[in-house]
Amino acid sequence: MPRTMSRRQFLISSGVVGGVALAAGATGISMHDVTKAGKQTPLAVGTKIIVLVTMYGGNDGLNTVIPYTDAAYYAGRPELAYAQADVLPLADDLGLNASMVGFKKLYDAGRLAVVRGVGYPNPDRSHFRSMSIWQTGSPDSPQVTGWLGRWLDANGADPLLAINVGPVLPPMLAGQKCAGAALPSAGGVALPDGRYGSGLRALDAVSGESAELIQRVAQSGTDLFRVAATFGPALAVSDTTTPATPAGNVLAGQLDVVARCIAANAPTRVYSVQLGGFDTHADEKGRQSALLGQLDAAVSGFLTNVGAGSHGSDVVVALYSEFGRRVAANGSQGTDHGTASNVFVAGVGVKGGMYGDQPSLTDLTMDDLKYNVDFRSVYATLLEGALGADAGQVLGSGTFPRLAFL
Amino acid sequence: MTDTLRSDLAHLFRRAGFGATAAELDAAEKVGYTATVAALVVRPSVSDPGVLSTPTPSFTVQPKTAPLDKTRLRAESLELITWWLDRMVAATNPFPEKLTFFWHGHFATAIYKVRSAALMVRQNELFRSQGLGAFDALDLAVAKDPAMMSWLDTAQDIAAHPNENFARENMELFTLGYGNYSEDDVREAARCFTGWRYNRADDVFTEVARLHDNGAKTVLGQTGNFDGSDIVRILTHSTASHRWICTRVWSRFAKTVTTDPAINALITTYAAQLDVSALMTATFLSPAFLATKGQLVKQPVEYVVGALRALKLRPDSQKYLAVLRNLGQVPFDPPNVGGWPFDDAWLTTAASYTRLQFAQAVAAKGDISAVADEAVSARSDAAARLLSVDGWGTQTRVALAQVADDPVALMTLALCAPEYVVN
Repeated sequence: MPRTMSRRQFLISSGVVGGVALAAGATGISMHDVTKAGKQTPLAVGTKIIVLVTMYGGNDGLNTVIPYTDAAYYAGRPELAYAQADVLPLADDLGLNASMVGFKKLYDAGRLAVVRGVGYPNPDRSHFRSMSIWQTGSPDSPQVTGWLGRWLDANGADPLLAINVGPVLPPMLAGQKCAGAALPSAGGVALPDGRYGSGLRALDAVSGESAELIQRVAQSGTDLFRVAATFGPALAVSDTTTPATPAGNVLAGQLDVVARCIAANAPTRVYSVQLGGFDTHADEKGRQSALLGQLDAAVSGFLTNVGAGSHGSDVVVALYSEFGRRVAANGSQGTDHGTASNVFVAGVGVKGGMYGDQPSLTDLTMDDLKYNVDFRSVYATLLEGALGADAGQVLGSGTFPRLAFL
Repeated sequence: MTDTLRSDLAHLFRRAGFGATAAELDAAEKVGYTATVAALVVRPSVSDPGVLSTPTPSFTVQPKTAPLDKTRLRAESLELITWWLDRMVAATNPFPEKLTFFWHGHFATAIYKVRSAALMVRQNELFRSQGLGAFDALDLAVAKDPAMMSWLDTAQDIAAHPNENFARENMELFTLGYGNYSEDDVREAARCFTGWRYNRADDVFTEVARLHDNGAKTVLGQTGNFDGSDIVRILTHSTASHRWICTRVWSRFAKTVTTDPAINALITTYAAQLDVSALMTATFLSPAFLATKGQLVKQPVEYVVGALRALKLRPDSQKYLAVLRNLGQVPFDPPNVGGWPFDDAWLTTAASYTRLQFAQAVAAKGDISAVADEAVSARSDAAARLLSVDGWGTQTRVALAQVADDPVALMTLALCAPEYVVN
């Protein structure tokens, strides 16, 4: 690690932050006019919205999209493999984990893209380093900013354009000038008014004379007033038409918050939600099936929910994890950290089907799959196809062939 | 507060503990800075009234063969988390709890997978009793700790197909740091831990010879028929580990850095015997430590515990757990083996909102007489004293002055003030 690396670079690159990192510095953020915050132009119908689902822990791609006719699959993991009769067939002798009934329906309706063999050169098997690579979009060298943070920087540096649901900001939303805002994963956002409110605003007035860290605390308080004005009403409404969140499904709870914001025409273009627990070194089958079942119920329920609204055709959901897992099982009915895996992209406006090539289960590098789609090709396609952005501005000068799912 | 010694002591109590009361600072001023460090950096005392009033709960290990009693697990988890928060609030000497919390974040283990309050509290007591000793002994004890073995799957390791989970995370997170080992080191170290077993039915750790890989393994350039204990020794005594542990301590107690001249001095102290006690003492006595005031962000647990201690409240309600959950840091429930995010990762709009809700509740409920009893014009300074803050900046002074006639409103704003949110 270069000696000149700054503290912030360290935070992102060291990876010991558990897949989450910093809010960007206040420096460079202009003071927002709080009184105007609630009167922003509502998001026009037809403007695409990305919902990114991060699966923390390294989801086992081979037991998610299952190569049910490949002898090497059964040879490598006899106790973990699913028989042909137990999978939901898609195409190309690949089938979904049986818990993913909602995804199967989306695929059959042409609304689910399965991008196979997604990875990057010189794969890293550390959770934290690999997640950092995915979130910064930079496999070659540690990066200061997240890929969507750079998009924020280039598009007006407005924290409301990219929202994380949950209290800690993932590094992908941290830019140089601006970081995405964070919404509580449950309940509304209502700030006091009167003397309390004006006292709070005075407290969080950002002064250039203060120490940098003090300014940044103040900035997060200031941004909170805009968040409350923009999202507070949508989150406060108890909407009986929204299907009840399945009990105990944390991802469904987060996606319910997203659905409410979208229904309220919030100006946000990118939402980030997350589900952890995919690090299945032992007793994998039951554990992973349960998680995939939660994921399936949450995401397909969310798409049904937003599908009924005016932005139903605008929403693009993308799901990824930091790596897949090894072809061969270990001795604990689990799998160790691997490399290339699948990315899912779903939505009414998505051209469903198979993308990329299914990696060989016998032509391996250090016992792990070889990638054939750089994850930045997925990002470039999302940036251009959904955000209308200049992918080069975010991803640099590399050549990342666009995929046809958008 | 312009008094340098008092300001230094307040910094020490914020970092080695959860902030100080005016009375604690008065007493510390009488004995001086060095003696205060020596009094703080000790093992937990059996006669500490706060420890005596918060006895460690006792749970029994439920055999894994029996179906998991989820109602019981939920109730015990709640009791466990509330107990530790209460201990942190009550302890007269806060340092042993602060250090235990540091090790909990370092060897982050979560109850959602371990599924046993009995094993989680046993690990917690391990950090408390051995956390100030030699690090090689601590890492070995953690490697054999049933909660850790179940968290990182060591309990199921067999020679034929070793499980890499513990071997990898022990190198990356616990002993060496990322970049100081190779993929081959991970695979070889995994072979060394094969045969370690923990059985919940009889609650014993065993090394099963027939499941152990007895071949030669090469880890960090050393070759031999190593077992797990050998690996812990090889890793913890490497120079990379010395740097990693000292950097981690400095980053959590002083300032987030990758490299710093202050750390080089700590390494010299620590490397001799891997003595954590010597490392902590050297950290707090380092002149560079006193130059890190206000340069960390309070972790949610530090924030909540510190406020409860200052306002003489106890975590007697599940509402405080909800606050910690909404801030993203519940003890015994870290998000993953990497532990919690730290420092400026806590500065989000959602966290600002939760802090505000918490501040309103505790300002209304807690003992704020030290502020309310003052004349209106003196209340801002009184709030700074109560919260162990050196002083307020211009913006905060303006804000507090607006509500100084209402002590609850003033305390609410003071608890949300940037000067209090940082540490």
